[in-house]
Amino acid sequence: MSGPSDYQPSNPALQWIERRLPIFGLMHSSFVAYPTPRNLNYWWTFGAILSFMLGMQILTGVILAMHYTPHADLAFKSVELIVRDVNYGWLLRNMHAVGASMFFFAVYVHMLRGLYYGSYKEPREVLWILGVIIYLLMMATGFMGYVLPWGQMSFWGATVITNLFSAIPYVGESIVTLLWGGYSVGNPTLNRFFSLHYLLPFLIAGVVVLHVWALHVAGQNNPDGVEPKAEKDTVPFTPHATIKDMFGVACFLLLYAWFIFYMPNYLGDADNYIPANPGVTPPHIVPEWYYLPFYAILRSIPNKLAGVIAMFSAILILCFLPWLDSAKTRSSKYRPLAKQFFWIFVVVCILLGYLGAQPPEGIYVIAGRVLTVCYFAYFLIVLPLLSRIETPRPVPNSISEAILTRGGKAVASVMVALVAAGALFLGSLQDARASEGSDRPPANNWSFAGPFGKFDRGALQRGLKVYKEVCANCHGLSYIAFRNLAEAGGPGYSVAQAAAFASEYKIKDGPNDAGDMFERPGRPADYFPSPFPNEQAARAANGGAAPPDLSLITKARSYGRGFPWFIFDFFTQYQEQGPDYVSAVLQGFEDKVPEGVTIPEGSYFNKYFPGHAIKMPKPLSDGQVTYDDGSPTTVAQYSKDVTTFLMWTAEPHMEARKRLGFQVFVFLIIFAFLMYFTKKKVWADSH
Amino acid sequence: MNPDASTIAAGAPIEVDLSPVAEGQDIKVFWRGKPIYISHRTKKQIDEARAVNVASLPDPQSDEARVKSGHDQWLVVIGICTHLGCIPIAHEGNYDGFFCPCHGSQYDTSGRIRQGPAPANLAVPPYQFVSDTKIQIG
Ligand code: FES
Repeated sequence: MSGPSDYQPSNPALQWIERRLPIFGLMHSSFVAYPTPRNLNYWWTFGAILSFMLGMQILTGVILAMHYTPHADLAFKSVELIVRDVNYGWLLRNMHAVGASMFFFAVYVHMLRGLYYGSYKEPREVLWILGVIIYLLMMATGFMGYVLPWGQMSFWGATVITNLFSAIPYVGESIVTLLWGGYSVGNPTLNRFFSLHYLLPFLIAGVVVLHVWALHVAGQNNPDGVEPKAEKDTVPFTPHATIKDMFGVACFLLLYAWFIFYMPNYLGDADNYIPANPGVTPPHIVPEWYYLPFYAILRSIPNKLAGVIAMFSAILILCFLPWLDSAKTRSSKYRPLAKQFFWIFVVVCILLGYLGAQPPEGIYVIAGRVLTVCYFAYFLIVLPLLSRIETPRPVPNSISEAILTRGGKAVASVMVALVAAGALFLGSLQDARASEGSDRPPANNWSFAGPFGKFDRGALQRGLKVYKEVCANCHGLSYIAFRNLAEAGGPGYSVAQAAAFASEYKIKDGPNDAGDMFERPGRPADYFPSPFPNEQAARAANGGAAPPDLSLITKARSYGRGFPWFIFDFFTQYQEQGPDYVSAVLQGFEDKVPEGVTIPEGSYFNKYFPGHAIKMPKPLSDGQVTYDDGSPTTVAQYSKDVTTFLMWTAEPHMEARKRLGFQVFVFLIIFAFLMYFTKKKVWADSH
Repeated sequence: MNPDASTIAAGAPIEVDLSPVAEGQDIKVFWRGKPIYISHRTKKQIDEARAVNVASLPDPQSDEARVKSGHDQWLVVIGICTHLGCIPIAHEGNYDGFFCPCHGSQYDTSGRIRQGPAPANLAVPPYQFVSDTKIQIG
């Protein structure tokens, strides 16, 4: 993309095309012969990582869209069916959902790299602004994508974010109506978000092309911030940068796969496994982690309009960065003060992210205000001031000179720092799910925990029995079909056993030729019938509280792990908050209400239920269900079995996920090593 | 991209029978996809709402202006927080009115904002009494 190329393909067919459309020359000059500075470090591989992630999101997204139904009544179910029934649907969905987070993680690293090395300075202002535009488009796309599963957080996130526009004087309300296509967030909203979520990634891809074009016109910046002057300052893009980028992508994939296969829900919110309910707001509305710093800024300002303005300007201020920081020296490597302030700024952003996930009260609000001031002060006061008063260290004359004087390499430490920072930064959301005023559910030893976890078949079968005889009286299990009982990774029944199990149920079918509904014995393809025809009936029969469907309950419940646990959880793969909570609630009933606690009439005291007053009477007692395999018939054993069973209903393909995960890891580690040694070889005489 | 005809048609007025709502209770009905709180206020709640100095409120409005005279015990408001649209919980917060769990806005027994980031009082939907125990919303 930097002027006409003298590249001539040797193949006559390619020559024929090249003479009419010089596309190969363009490719060659942009990605093969393109001179790239010799001193680039691994932070520069994030450009390639981002392109890779964009491709990945578009690819998985297009396939997901083939199976997704954008309708308020069907969206939640269709997402569950993708995960359960579509071939490798669980993989596609995890890749796409985790992919969004990884995309943002990479973009933040990429932006901070630009900030540290002054990549926005003359002549790269337009390049930088295009980057900010990509970032804005990404935020819009990510937000609309999060709405599509139509869970509680989707719905309420959409409500809160679209309402931001109502702060605009005079036209605000009409803009919001326009966004909604109705009088509130509803089906029309979901439809238009789906359409836009499909469109925007291609716009992003278009701006990315401009971004790369601008990059190739201005040339890459580099850690020393001096322009390449002679031939020996640069190396050709291929193979040097290509192979280095491949190694970077391979390392990044390891992190990505860690989430996809071992902790797919670590970055999400348990509330989003509850279908959207326009009548109930979840206690904490928290956006996805990548918006948290801006959400914190929004909330720290007590005035609605001012809060919204502050939030948007926190992003838009980036566009003015090239003019706010007028220092001549580009790289912070040679700017002792700017370097320190840069790291302070990074800490401020991480803390803001942490605060965004906290309830807006007391000390958090004050801290949020202080940090908001710090955030803006960095751009509006620190940077302009530094460019006037700071005396930078002498900058090397050329890149080759910089390389000669360079000390030891910091590749390993960079990678370690990367992973650690990732864990810290991505984890802050975990804290959001506080269940105030309840005891912590005790941790259990689950057979399905950990990277090699498997379901205990005996426990699954016993759990099914407990569900059938006890829970099924009030709770549905509507995402589980009888055929699932015979599937691999499940309770291990044969197809015939599952069919026999199904035939014990009466299933409503019809209408028949006479137009009547009728009942027939269940078939393997039928789903577990729900005990109540609709939510209102369930509510009326149970004193005002509808018993939730249990298919997803172990994923839809959680409790806050708090700092610093959520960081350790990333490494230990602790994911069992849901099962721990469910089994704790089953065992947490106490006949005697402790002193100082009042329980409304018709409720029961439960130690682990948030607020302690639960509408469900104690469901299990010793000896209630008979076991034929000699397992103890105690409440503790019942809860363990039924929770294991419910974990399976929440994720029938968990064993396949962990098995494939192991294979992928073996492959990726070998691949990364190969890339590393190839890279070493290629670069051997360039250092 | 504005609402289509069917959405608009579905937003036609609805009638609500108030006779089952006892004093001190409230019901929530949906109109145009929005929750509408209808509370049957107690004497104490009405007095509380009328005792405040209107000028000192963030969004000054008297209680009388927010209810229909002659039916002072009935408060009808759209249960959508004027901050960012969450649904406040009735009978909670320091003012015995509504409390929004999202960012902590508190409303009094007249649905007026008293504390927190919300800029305005809970909106009163268009409604009228068709009889003593029946209202039409819309
Ligand atoms: S939405 Fe109610 S306080 Fe923010």
